[in-house]
Amino acid sequence: MSYIKKPVARHPGMPKNALGLTARDYEGSLSTLCAGCGHDSCTAAIVQAFWRLSIEPYKAVKLSGIGCSSKTPTYFLGEAHGFNSVHGRMPSVATGANAANGDLVYIGISGDGDSLSIGLGQFCHAIRRNVNLTYVLENNGVYGLTKGQFSASADVGSKSKKGEVNEAQPIDPVMLALTLGATFVARSFSGDKDQLVPILEAALRHKGFAFIDIISPCVAFNDHKGSTKSYMYTREHYHAVTEADLVPLRSPIEAKQDLGTATRVKLHDGSSLTLRPVDEDFDPTDRGGVMQHLTTLKEAGEVATGLLFVDPETTDMHAMNRSVGTPMVQIPFEDLCPGNAALQDLMAEFR
Amino acid sequence: MNAPTPSPAHEAMRTAGGVNDFAIKIATVNGTGSASANGMLMQAIFRMGIPISGKNVFPSNIQGLPTWYEIRVNGDGHTARTPIFDIVIAMNPQTYAQDVATVASGGWLLHDSTWPLDAALARDDIHFVGIPLARLCAENFTGNRTRILMKNITYVGALVALLNLDMDVVSGMLTEKFAKKAHLLDANRIALKLGEDYAREHFECPLPIRLKAMDATADHIMIDGNTAAALGCVFAGATVAAWYPITPSTSLVDGFTRFSKRFRTNEDGTRNVIIMQAEDELSAAGMTIGAGWAGARSFTSTSGAGISLMNEFLGLAYYAEIPSVFFNIQRTGPSTGMPTRTQQGDIFSTIYASHGDTAHIALFPGDPFECFHMAKDAFDLAERFQTPVFVLSDLDIGMNDWMIPRLEWDDSYVPDRGKVLSAEQLDAMEHFYRYLDVDGDEIPYRSIPGVHPRGAYFTRGSGHDKYGRYTEDSELYQEVVDRLKRKVNSSGATSPQPLIERQDGAQFAIVTVGGCDRAVREAIAQYAEQGIAVDFMRIRAFPFADSVEEFLAEHEHNYIVEQNRDGQLHRILLLETEIERRRITSVVNYNGLPLSAHHVTSGIGKVRA
Repeated sequence: MSYIKKPVARHPGMPKNALGLTARDYEGSLSTLCAGCGHDSCTAAIVQAFWRLSIEPYKAVKLSGIGCSSKTPTYFLGEAHGFNSVHGRMPSVATGANAANGDLVYIGISGDGDSLSIGLGQFCHAIRRNVNLTYVLENNGVYGLTKGQFSASADVGSKSKKGEVNEAQPIDPVMLALTLGATFVARSFSGDKDQLVPILEAALRHKGFAFIDIISPCVAFNDHKGSTKSYMYTREHYHAVTEADLVPLRSPIEAKQDLGTATRVKLHDGSSLTLRPVDEDFDPTDRGGVMQHLTTLKEAGEVATGLLFVDPETTDMHAMNRSVGTPMVQIPFEDLCPGNAALQDLMAEFR
Repeated sequence: MNAPTPSPAHEAMRTAGGVNDFAIKIATVNGTGSASANGMLMQAIFRMGIPISGKNVFPSNIQGLPTWYEIRVNGDGHTARTPIFDIVIAMNPQTYAQDVATVASGGWLLHDSTWPLDAALARDDIHFVGIPLARLCAENFTGNRTRILMKNITYVGALVALLNLDMDVVSGMLTEKFAKKAHLLDANRIALKLGEDYAREHFECPLPIRLKAMDATADHIMIDGNTAAALGCVFAGATVAAWYPITPSTSLVDGFTRFSKRFRTNEDGTRNVIIMQAEDELSAAGMTIGAGWAGARSFTSTSGAGISLMNEFLGLAYYAEIPSVFFNIQRTGPSTGMPTRTQQGDIFSTIYASHGDTAHIALFPGDPFECFHMAKDAFDLAERFQTPVFVLSDLDIGMNDWMIPRLEWDDSYVPDRGKVLSAEQLDAMEHFYRYLDVDGDEIPYRSIPGVHPRGAYFTRGSGHDKYGRYTEDSELYQEVVDRLKRKVNSSGATSPQPLIERQDGAQFAIVTVGGCDRAVREAIAQYAEQGIAVDFMRIRAFPFADSVEEFLAEHEHNYIVEQNRDGQLHRILLLETEIERRRITSVVNYNGLPLSAHHVTSGIGKVRA
């Protein structure tokens, strides 16, 4: 992970968000990933989503594990605290940081190698706890940094660059997240920013664990013929089941929106999320129906994308704990230490 | 089957002690309700003003296996374990043979005489006290469960008569305990009286070993180290606890949870604390580190196996300089070892935890009193030195009740948050570099997420330079790790200093650590009775204070007493000080049971011979 500072370029004409910031203000240092890497498109979408939501960069926290995808937090939000932790264990670090200060916006970046092998346990348990965290899994089916081994998300029959065919069953993180009761589940494609940015925005606004599996092809080791995570394969088998639109709080809801068969979901902060099904009768609030639909599409060889499931009425980790409204880090010491008088009262119980 | 080591050779056997100087062992089956009866017995003696300790020697099991409770009564205040017992209550036929072997010559064995004396209990140099416990309970109570439970209270009743236990104190305790359960209070009172009356009728009461009220416990409490450490965490302002259950550390977070309910719950039911049961120790470490990084006082509590699992994260916290507190309540290793036995076997694996060059600040509490205070010290040191800090307690300290001075809290205490930059400070700075040693004291400034845009930096376990930037440059890498070494080493001057007690004309010195304290002090008192003066040092922190090496260098013979096979502290002293090898000799005990003065003197006797 080299550190290459990005030259500051100002374009006076660039649009500004509610904070008066341009998208440039949401960038980080220069990417050192391979030219054409899907992950760089994910980074660009993250920059867009944060900018559009007018989140103050320093009020965000970005975390990652180890691997190509985990390098990317250096490439966005240069003014946010970042934490590149250990392989597969970003969820626990994010959980701890969120426990200490639940008022910040948390985004975790992981990959299929990071999340679905050593990190599988932590991934599952972060979902169970419903940590308020946007969890991005940049999924390319391959270990890039160690040059081309299959990951746990490689499909049966997918061919490696060296010509080996994977015979082990893949772990599908979307189905896994749905099974575990995740409250926000999406899948997108790094090559479809129009779909990805609104999903990221909705995820950042979701109070709870928001999971986005992004098919993000590895141009160096998994973009060849025979790979099921290549740009070409994904484009050919891509199947959007919904279109998502986030209307942030206090923004006027435009009249032109004809809801039709769409579902409008109100998020905890008052934002409203519109989900327009592409597939007939697809209901993104019906977990069982979603799982059935995805299974059918998978059997047909299709990669279902879109905001697949959302349950805005959730209890996140702090609600489960009944945490006080003030972040733990801001509670004055006087309110934490019971003092000697209380200690002396207690001492009588140890006599 | 886990069983305590039978008594050592007969040389250690002595005739029974006398007034306020004896040891009781109660052998029962776990899951039969004996624990509360035994606890009550101990507490009653404590309330009579007599110094006491209780050691629970229990199996890694919920029901059906042998368990022992050992009570040491000592008017002089020696409360270390003793391996020989003046009276043994043999309630478990499974362990009759080994239990009878631990009775001191001339001592007593209390058994259930509902049945004829078991052949396994036969011994001709001890007295037998037969009480028909099962028959008495069968005659007076209904229901199997009640009969089993009341047998425990009945033997306590017998001890009231046999040992001169103050009946008013005991029945007062029953009233407190069963204030809201009148039917249980009645049953307990009946059982107590049954035992007492039977003993008075059939034996000459009290026995030569007996209790006499004193006034030596007035300013003291009985508490276990995990409870005391949990209290220390509450008072030190810890707000995030992440943990995974493992004996013998579990009761620390249980205590923290209990005290948090009491002291950290607001009127509206919300809590000024978050306690997370993690999926494993790896996750517990990650959460602790994440919370420390985000600015909270966070901790986890585990045992040696958990430290092994946490190793990767510990290196990250060391290298990325993240304050975090880790309690290691040591048990017998290696591997799963004997999970319900004590040891000091993790000194090495804790202070040098993780791959690459590391060294961690570690504190070694000697009793629950220090568990309370060192919990606070650990948070202060972690934040001041921006590094993980370990509190190395053990099962004996953590889970057994120790008599310690009443705990006091200094209300003028202000947490040492170390060099944390405020929004105003960051605003006034031109640049902030996370790992730059601005003050020349090896400690850089730290920023907390969400405070100020200028505080942002990228935390990483990969190679970084003093500006916090990724590097693969040899010199820039070395500059940071060299500073880390100096930083951690400099903690020796501020961490808890060694306890040193010198005597005129000392012939040698005993150097020890942690829960060996009471046994070593008793050994030194025994040497004094023989006219041998011995100097004492108990090391309380790593890296060592300068006074550690100075003390060692003052003595031709230092015996390093600790509870592990390999003499880990001894080896670390050789590694981390310039002391000559000939001056220090290792004396170890690693049988899984708390150290006794007998082990200390016989161990030193062997190496001095």
